[in-house]
Amino acid sequence: MVAETHDTILKLDDVTKVYSGIVAVKHASLELRRGAVNVLVGENGAGKSTLMRMIAGVEKPSLGRILLEGKEVEFNSPADAQKHGIGMVFQELNLFGNLSVAENIFATREITRGLRGIDHKAQVQKANQFLDKLDAGISAETMVEDLPIGQQQLVEIAKAISLDTRILILDEPTSALSAAEVDILFKVIGELKAQGVAIVYISHRLEELMRIGDYITVLRDGQITGQAMVKDIDTKWIVRSMIGSDAKDFAKPLDHKLGNEAFRAEDICLPRKTGGFAVDHLSISVRAGEVLGIYGLMGAGRSEFFECVIGQHAHSTGKIFVTGEEIAAKDTSTRIRKGLALIPEDRQREGLVQVLSIASNLTLASLEKFVKFGFHIAGDREQSAVKEQVRNLSIKAPNPDFDVTSMSGGNQQKVVIGKALMTNPKVLLMDEPSRGIDVGAKADVFRTMRKLAGEGLAILFSTSDLEEVMALSDRIAVMSNGKITTILDRADATEELIVKAASEGHKSAGHTSTREIA
Amino acid sequence: MTTATSTEKAPAADSGSILLTLMKLRTFIALFAVIAFFSIFAPNFLSTANIILMSKHVALNAFLAMGMTFVIITGGIDLSVGSIVGLCGMVAGGLILNGIDLQIGYTMYFNVVEVCLITLVVGILIGAVNGLLITKLNVAPFIATLGTLYVARGFALLSSDGQTFPNLVGKPELATTGFGFLGSGRIIGLPVSIWILIVVALAAAYVAKYVPIGRQIFAVGGNERAARMSGIRVDRVKMFVYMFSGFCAAIVGIVISSELMASHPATGNSFELNAIAAAVLGGTSMSGGRGTIGGTIIGAFVIGILSDGLVMMGVSSFWQMVIKGIVIIVAVVVDQAQRRLQQQVTLMQLAKKG
Repeated sequence: MVAETHDTILKLDDVTKVYSGIVAVKHASLELRRGAVNVLVGENGAGKSTLMRMIAGVEKPSLGRILLEGKEVEFNSPADAQKHGIGMVFQELNLFGNLSVAENIFATREITRGLRGIDHKAQVQKANQFLDKLDAGISAETMVEDLPIGQQQLVEIAKAISLDTRILILDEPTSALSAAEVDILFKVIGELKAQGVAIVYISHRLEELMRIGDYITVLRDGQITGQAMVKDIDTKWIVRSMIGSDAKDFAKPLDHKLGNEAFRAEDICLPRKTGGFAVDHLSISVRAGEVLGIYGLMGAGRSEFFECVIGQHAHSTGKIFVTGEEIAAKDTSTRIRKGLALIPEDRQREGLVQVLSIASNLTLASLEKFVKFGFHIAGDREQSAVKEQVRNLSIKAPNPDFDVTSMSGGNQQKVVIGKALMTNPKVLLMDEPSRGIDVGAKADVFRTMRKLAGEGLAILFSTSDLEEVMALSDRIAVMSNGKITTILDRADATEELIVKAASEGHKSAGHTSTREIA
Repeated sequence: MTTATSTEKAPAADSGSILLTLMKLRTFIALFAVIAFFSIFAPNFLSTANIILMSKHVALNAFLAMGMTFVIITGGIDLSVGSIVGLCGMVAGGLILNGIDLQIGYTMYFNVVEVCLITLVVGILIGAVNGLLITKLNVAPFIATLGTLYVARGFALLSSDGQTFPNLVGKPELATTGFGFLGSGRIIGLPVSIWILIVVALAAAYVAKYVPIGRQIFAVGGNERAARMSGIRVDRVKMFVYMFSGFCAAIVGIVISSELMASHPATGNSFELNAIAAAVLGGTSMSGGRGTIGGTIIGAFVIGILSDGLVMMGVSSFWQMVIKGIVIIVAVVVDQAQRRLQQQVTLMQLAKKG
């Protein structure tokens, strides 16, 4: 295959996408080549998905043009893009669990027989053809909800193929697939390539990119920082382009002595619905005043681990200790009272009550502290506590009685942090604390984390940002496939070690030797 | 109308637009509109006797609507309140008339206070059954309370074989007299049921604002998952609201039996719908998280005055239903419009700040 002959099918010309206040993509130009795998890498929030959503018609660029075979086009909806032969398999699956595989594949373009309605037989037959091509081993009549996630992903891919796409975008298609399924997928990609389909492949797994990719584009902070042929580069180049050299505003680590062990988790296990473990016999310990960064890719089990610790999964097993004392109670209320606090990853769904005011959100978890005579909330005490918290975290709120949704994402995140801090925790679990907030707020959040650690709190935070985990952590644990694959001191940690460990869990599925006790 | 004004929260004064303020006060405006309309067109509408009579009618619905408000704020619904009214009426009537046969030749009678307490406990227990079905067995609130609607009504009918318990005056030698006081007695000129309403309404409004469980009711309805993550015992909050709703329904059962001095097993049929209407009219959001006790009480007054006034004007009951339906729909349409406007104003303020 001579790479130079690949011609451009779609071109993004100097596109910019702005969301309320946040620039997700800055002046990016990108060419997609026919009959090749165009790889896109970058950290979470670098703008990969936004870029692809613009190509797939989900979003419209704020500035710039999209050229399809040299002609300027405008996609108003995903259906528009589909008409032009662009299909996308989203990272979060878009399937109807209550419908059969065939019905999902032919949703919105059912095969009908005039007045006699949908021709289910023909649909099943055709769907089976597509599925056979994928070697999926799925019957088109199965309900989607009865399939394991990996197979659902294949259904999604079959659906995209059935559209006769010229450009197929795969957003982290392998994050839920087993090694065998990945091989099948790569075979299919090879076939599609031979047919002249332009494939866009987004993934965090570097060795996969090296194996399948032809062209590579690296994104950082909404800008394209590197473009090359895959055969000309190595993983080191990718990591360098992903991370860049200009440092972000991280708070300087304060020098303080670490205290005794504040938190220990022993053998935490959470079975996954579709088999296997989301959290796989995980043990870890953190000392007072220590910041432990947990690095991992999406689906590594970081959020699930935190949820197990705070008591959101009734069927999880394992032991939790706070300052040496075991917490047997499984419910969240007791665990919070014993000194654990969680700042959830999804602020909107799990952190905030949108209808309540800023003040009510702040005190939600610690209301009992303000109660007089056993039932009365003392308004003055609550207010002064709210004011203190607003000042400590520099929350920019004109009036704490306003709706919490009237503030920017960064300030909302500070409210969620404030809510957790008002329960006076000894151990703070932060799940992607910098996700979806602007640079200034990020710096504030990091400074707060440093300060809290200095005050003797044990902090566990998860992130998929390499730079962040390197700069903030005293120790770094890397999670992959529900296991901790390695634990490094800050001094010993290098980016390459971390990136390598982040995909290790998938390889050594049979071994349990990766289990480590810190 | 004392209750209405005394429990209404002061409207937030931060809105920049007059229209928005008007919309926020819509339930108040509707209340004044119906009062003004009927004082002109319905004869004797403003006479003291009529106002007291109307208040007594309104009070019944207002009790149910308060319980319903808390339930709806958590994102649920309670269809069983009408049947609880019927069953609790029968419990109270049966206890006064027949007592409890202990099967050993003795029959146990209770005085009126004890009868009322037992009846209230029955109401709370049915609410607890609703709560358990919803929290522990994961039955959708609509279905769970639909089930208890039938069960409670069935038991009410079974208790007397469909007959009325008549003439609940009680016997002096058994110390069961005095039941009529709740329904027809007066304290300082106001009917007893109104006094009870004032007490319960003030307590409910206080709970909503100053007691942790009140805040938690809003949190659960606003974002159940976030509430759980914040350590709120969601199941306990839900149990509370359904039990409170059962408690309110039991009060209504007692008051109606006492007013009529008789208990009929079909009492309270379709009361739940009026209660939902009053809550919604008062600004309670069916999707949870929003609502006030004060608003609900005003809503109950609007609906009550509307139907009584129309009766006094001689409008046919068929037209009354049409009008009531339209009022409810308009109320919700305005509610939605206000929310959109509010969002726009907030966004504009944010934009101005930069």
